[in-house]
Amino acid sequence: MVAWYPITPSTSLIEATTDLLKKFRVTPEGKATFAVVQAEDELAAIGMVLGAGWAGARSMTSTSGPGISLMAEFSGLGYFAEIPGVIFDVQRSGPSTGLPTRTSQADLLSTAFLSHGDTKHVILLPGSVKECFEFSMAAFDLAERLQTPVFVLTDLDLGMNNWMSEPFQYPDKPLDRGKVLTAEDLNRLGGFARYRDVDGDAIGWRTLPGTRHPKAAYFTRGSGHNDAAAYTEKPDEYQAVMDRLTRKFENARTLVPAPLVIKDKSSKIGFLAYGTTDFALRESMDQIKKEYKLDVDYLRIRAFPFAHEIHDFVASHERVYVVEQDRDAQLASLLKLDLPADQVVKLRSILFYNGLPMDACSITDEFVTKEGL
Amino acid sequence: MATATPTPKLNRIGLPVIEYRGGKSTLCAGCGHNAISERIIDAMFEMGVEPERVMKMSGIGCSSKSPAYFMSRSHSFNSVHGRMPSVSTGAILAQHQLTMLGVSGDGDTASIGVGQFVHLLRRNLPMIYIIEDNGVYGLTKGQFSATADIGSKLKTGVINELPAIDTCALAIQLGATFVGRSFSGDKKQLLAMLKAAIAHKGTVMLDVISPCVTFNDHEGSTKSYKFMQENDEPINEIGFVASFDEIDVDYDSGQIYDVQLHDGSNLRLRKLHEDYDPTDKANAVRTLMEAEEKNEVLTGVFYINTEKPTFIDLLGLVDEPLATLPESLTRPPKSALDALMANLQ
Ligand SMILES: Cc1ncc(C[n+]2csc(CCOP(=O)(O)OP(=O)(O)O)c2C)c(N)n1
Ligand code: SF4
Ligand SMILES: [Mg+2]
Repeated sequence: MVAWYPITPSTSLIEATTDLLKKFRVTPEGKATFAVVQAEDELAAIGMVLGAGWAGARSMTSTSGPGISLMAEFSGLGYFAEIPGVIFDVQRSGPSTGLPTRTSQADLLSTAFLSHGDTKHVILLPGSVKECFEFSMAAFDLAERLQTPVFVLTDLDLGMNNWMSEPFQYPDKPLDRGKVLTAEDLNRLGGFARYRDVDGDAIGWRTLPGTRHPKAAYFTRGSGHNDAAAYTEKPDEYQAVMDRLTRKFENARTLVPAPLVIKDKSSKIGFLAYGTTDFALRESMDQIKKEYKLDVDYLRIRAFPFAHEIHDFVASHERVYVVEQDRDAQLASLLKLDLPADQVVKLRSILFYNGLPMDACSITDEFVTKEGL
Repeated sequence: MATATPTPKLNRIGLPVIEYRGGKSTLCAGCGHNAISERIIDAMFEMGVEPERVMKMSGIGCSSKSPAYFMSRSHSFNSVHGRMPSVSTGAILAQHQLTMLGVSGDGDTASIGVGQFVHLLRRNLPMIYIIEDNGVYGLTKGQFSATADIGSKLKTGVINELPAIDTCALAIQLGATFVGRSFSGDKKQLLAMLKAAIAHKGTVMLDVISPCVTFNDHEGSTKSYKFMQENDEPINEIGFVASFDEIDVDYDSGQIYDVQLHDGSNLRLRKLHEDYDPTDKANAVRTLMEAEEKNEVLTGVFYINTEKPTFIDLLGLVDEPLATLPESLTRPPKSALDALMANLQ
């Protein structure tokens, strides 16, 4: 189920998806095995995504910064009520009309904590067209496995411009539809508690509406609930749910796409970046090597919550440059929240935020200045 | 000496009414919303709806809490304020063969949620949409809602100076295919309306006046028990015969209007107003407008259209629920991807 509201630069994603669905997701009888809804706004789009996800269908929406802001309230409900859904954000610059045809990576921090209360979201960060394909599939699997909204952040540069790419590989694994109990399961178990951590992975089992068993139903609400999905305001019950959500998020570190070690030759200096920054950064690394004989290491981050390898990478370098396309060092800030205090001091920022895709010289110049080369 | 316990009456799928009950209500005693929950229980029981095949939806408000107080055997989604329509849209697209019943409030629908409400109506989404209409925000302690009548007075003395949104007129105009108004205190009418609603396919929009005994049931309120009992003017009297009941209607012949609903059930409206034809859209809206001018509260079924395609029809969905389609139907074969890749080379 696809629900969306038009916004540059995410519209092309939906248009292409719709074309493909019409081609490949129609039965011989001419019936659709999909639904695409042009919603009345982004609030409705995410509401539809959560409704469909709750009822058991894979669902997605695609938007850009202003739409992400409108999705804030629902994102928190999705996180807290534990409902799968996939939200693509093709990032652009600025609010309102902003720079709608210019690129940026400035939605990272607001997306990571989108909503009110204690909320944090799983975010996948593809760095190429091929990864967009692979991470989209991963996002649906993760959303259903983790029972939570999953965001995929690309940017205008990746989402709208033409790229050369390796051919996409056909998936070699079946879909992961997550933990869903059927009527037969319920016959065997005699019942279930929606939010109980029976497997120790902090993920409960869910049932879908329509499941023909008198004990299949549960009540979904954003407000305080205990592990049997009943309303509660009891401090210990409420906190138990909050703590389990934290454990679930912690476990997600090993389930999301791992970071890519582009280069780790035990240089004292490392680079961290994500998404389209990759292309400029690689070129800059070549420049730095050629002109300054410095062979700097580089790890490309591909998801939040951050994998343990990212911590290890920071720990094994003296200075780590976080290269990103926003003004406020959002990736570096997110890392600072995650890293131990003694590691935080190692971070330096190289920022780029004029609306154009980042270029290698800008990185090299800033690096050279900061390193005093 | 043991007395034989009376065997409870079972409905046509063999369930007693207790299987349609919910948790204990935490709403104020006497709240109109509780009476509506009771009628929903009766209607679902009498229609023999399988509780597991129902999705209960709601937004936020006292009214929106009420799905917890009926049909515990049905999945329920208490969403966010004003957004029941979008969540319902997604849910029904995923599981379109289920019956969906949503409960919203006048605040939830006519203010914060009015945008989504309007678009739900346009789509003729197959669901029963109930507004438990008390003219105030009960949960946040009694501010006026957008359905409060002009000139009505709050307990605090505040007078409403803005015109009310007539959700029924709006629903008719925008594409709902079964539109009616009732009163939580009118057991017979509300029950018949709900049963017909269950048989209908498309958006059923029922505005049910439901007095808030705590904040809006006093002299000067046009949504109070007293006002409704004195000013409720039924536009038609409703008789409903389910498809599985024997057709034996004890109505006076003459001024009656029969509507055949989707499952073969029959809705019989006895006209109290001359020439009232519930399939005439323009007349339905005019009737409501005229009543407003006369300060009357009309109740009854104002509009029915059994022809219009639902949103599910428009999307041409497969019969099976999208939620549980097998991977063989949802993942195109490798040859499809290979061909796409070859095309891009
Ligand atoms: C975004 C948001 N804004 C405000 C509220 C506070 N709020 C909760 S219920 C409500 C009004 C409910 O009124 P109505 O829908 O008429 O329901 P009633 O309580 O009268 O049955 C408001 C304003 C909220 N929950 N969420
Ligand atoms: S405050 Fe009003 S609407 Fe809310 S439960 Fe009490 S009587 Fe009902
Ligand atoms: Mg109200």
